[in-house]
Amino acid sequence: MRSVLFIGAGSDITRPLAHRYARAGYGIVLASRSLPALERMADDIRIRFNVDARAYAFDVTRTEMHASFYAALPEPPEIVVCLAGTLGEQALSEQDIGAARQVIDANFTGIVSILHIVAADFERRKKGSIVGVSSVAGERGRKSNYVYAAAKAGFTAFLSGLRNRLYPSHVHVLTVHPGFIRTKMIAGRETPGIITASPEQVAKDIYEAQRAGKDFIYSRWFWRYIMLLFTMIPESVAKKLDLR
Amino acid sequence: MKVTNWGNYPVIDAVVHEPRTTDDVRRIVAEERELIPRGLGRCYGDSSLNHTILSTRHLDHFIAFDSSTGLLTCEAGVSFADIVEAMVPRGWFLPVTPGTKFVTVGGAVASDVHGKNHHVAGSLSSHIASLKLLLASGEVRTVTPEGEPELFWATCGGMGLTGVILEAAIRMKRIETAYIRQRIVKNRNIDEAVEAFERNAEWTYSVAWIDCLAKGEHLGRSALILGEHATQAEVGFRYRDPLSAERPLSVAVPFMFPGFALNTLTVKAFNALRYATYRNGDSFVEYEPFFYPLDGIRSWNRIYGRRGFTQYQFVVPRNGAAALLRRILSRIAESGEGSFLAVLKLFGRQEGMLSFPMEGYTLALDFAMTPEALRLFSELDTLVTENGGRLYLTKDVRMNPETFERGYAKAARFKEVKRSVDPHGKFLSLQSRRVGIL
Repeated sequence: MRSVLFIGAGSDITRPLAHRYARAGYGIVLASRSLPALERMADDIRIRFNVDARAYAFDVTRTEMHASFYAALPEPPEIVVCLAGTLGEQALSEQDIGAARQVIDANFTGIVSILHIVAADFERRKKGSIVGVSSVAGERGRKSNYVYAAAKAGFTAFLSGLRNRLYPSHVHVLTVHPGFIRTKMIAGRETPGIITASPEQVAKDIYEAQRAGKDFIYSRWFWRYIMLLFTMIPESVAKKLDLR
Repeated sequence: MKVTNWGNYPVIDAVVHEPRTTDDVRRIVAEERELIPRGLGRCYGDSSLNHTILSTRHLDHFIAFDSSTGLLTCEAGVSFADIVEAMVPRGWFLPVTPGTKFVTVGGAVASDVHGKNHHVAGSLSSHIASLKLLLASGEVRTVTPEGEPELFWATCGGMGLTGVILEAAIRMKRIETAYIRQRIVKNRNIDEAVEAFERNAEWTYSVAWIDCLAKGEHLGRSALILGEHATQAEVGFRYRDPLSAERPLSVAVPFMFPGFALNTLTVKAFNALRYATYRNGDSFVEYEPFFYPLDGIRSWNRIYGRRGFTQYQFVVPRNGAAALLRRILSRIAESGEGSFLAVLKLFGRQEGMLSFPMEGYTLALDFAMTPEALRLFSELDTLVTENGGRLYLTKDVRMNPETFERGYAKAARFKEVKRSVDPHGKFLSLQSRRVGIL
């Protein structure tokens, strides 16, 4: 059975996106730290869509386990969606390199590890599709979350390099830059309602872009223009702004 | 945030919690002084409204399905739409379904919903193997009709007032195809309609659509719609995959209609046209238009405009029903308060302390929320309760405590059970306060 592997499946985008693939007949493999929540999601998908759905405990920062995790999958996936990431506490990252490193590992280093394992497999099989969900935050550092943003910037650069490397092997790489999403990640934070997307909308954007073989998308589409304007502000001006 | 249910009346300000896990639910129930659970908000009035609401929208997981017995266990927030989408292709159908699939399992249990098959299958509670209920104390209890009959029959139809329904196990029924063998029998008046129900009681599904604005000898002219799940032998040669029905196109009412759009004239024209388009005879139809004729038009409640609307649904005992229905219908026709939609149905017996069905006839009528309609309802209340009938809580937005007490003989027993599991009255709604369940 064709399957989709979700890395960082604890994300709120996982469920609506997995539902789309399951409806299209894909088996679903969910991997993240919180196994009980994943098992609940997998049971639901199995009954709803009559497809195979499995849950695996997986920690993106424990890179030493990645190779054995991937080798233990019952079959290699056709599509890998990487939703891993954590916002962290900027203030904590400023004082404690341990905290900063955790944010960088969860958003970057750990992902490099697992996606390189996936990439090697796909390259050998000369097929496959990798979806990396990065963030608009990576396009310009702001004082409120620049350690997270720097890791995301690294992830975005990593994905474009990976795309370049895998192109001759017919492996597709999609980079997604979502803006604000109504998720657990930003629960309790003020975001402007009108530009804050639902996880369902973002899942739809990702699904359609992956099916269409796109290289890069914003989700929602208007973030393209917001970020165009935002990144046009020169540093000499940006440094004086109260960017949160 | 502003919250309103299907009737768009009342609109209230409420704090809405959206728990994702049982632990979230327990924490919210512990912290809040008073609250009511809410699903998709398809009750018409204030049954699931209070100033603090516990939404089940994220508690929407299927938990288990046994394909040998058809026992389906799911969380309260799973909708009937999700269930039929998942189960029909595998040859299973809901044992009981109301006229919309946009209801949640939790809401359906709390309303103890009935379907077109009530006279043979009873309401949803007759097909529930067990419930998981989170009580005011935070304790999660598995409630079965055998193990804890009092709490079970208080919770089924109990309008969410005994605790938060977390899960339900439903006994699904086998179907061979996604199609219904349908028969239409037109009746010139209410006496003919009641006769037709009695004559066709062996059909699994039956419901009559009534032109409630017709007067005199045409009073209660109607089309009785009968149905059976079609067998493979009946339709097999017509369809490649008899369990996959085409998904019908869905259109939406794009905006709130202005208040004057629905008036006696337009409703009369609509009803006359609709009556004229029904034809006596048999046919095969897909299950969606048969069970959910209005789900194809999203937000159809907007045709009543901002003033909102309500549904007056009552049941009266089988004996003497025809005469009483005639009186009630002529009172409505006289009033000129146009009902866009009027539906008549035969009920069988029903357990459940606050369950609506009783052996008899139920009539459901939609009305715009107007002072005239409210005056009419008060008159009808008396007619209904004096003759041993009652009103459906799920559709209600204005019933007074007397009408409630007179209609629901087991209300006192219900209150006792509620007190035993919710001594401080944590689970209350605007409706429960209004009818005197405090």
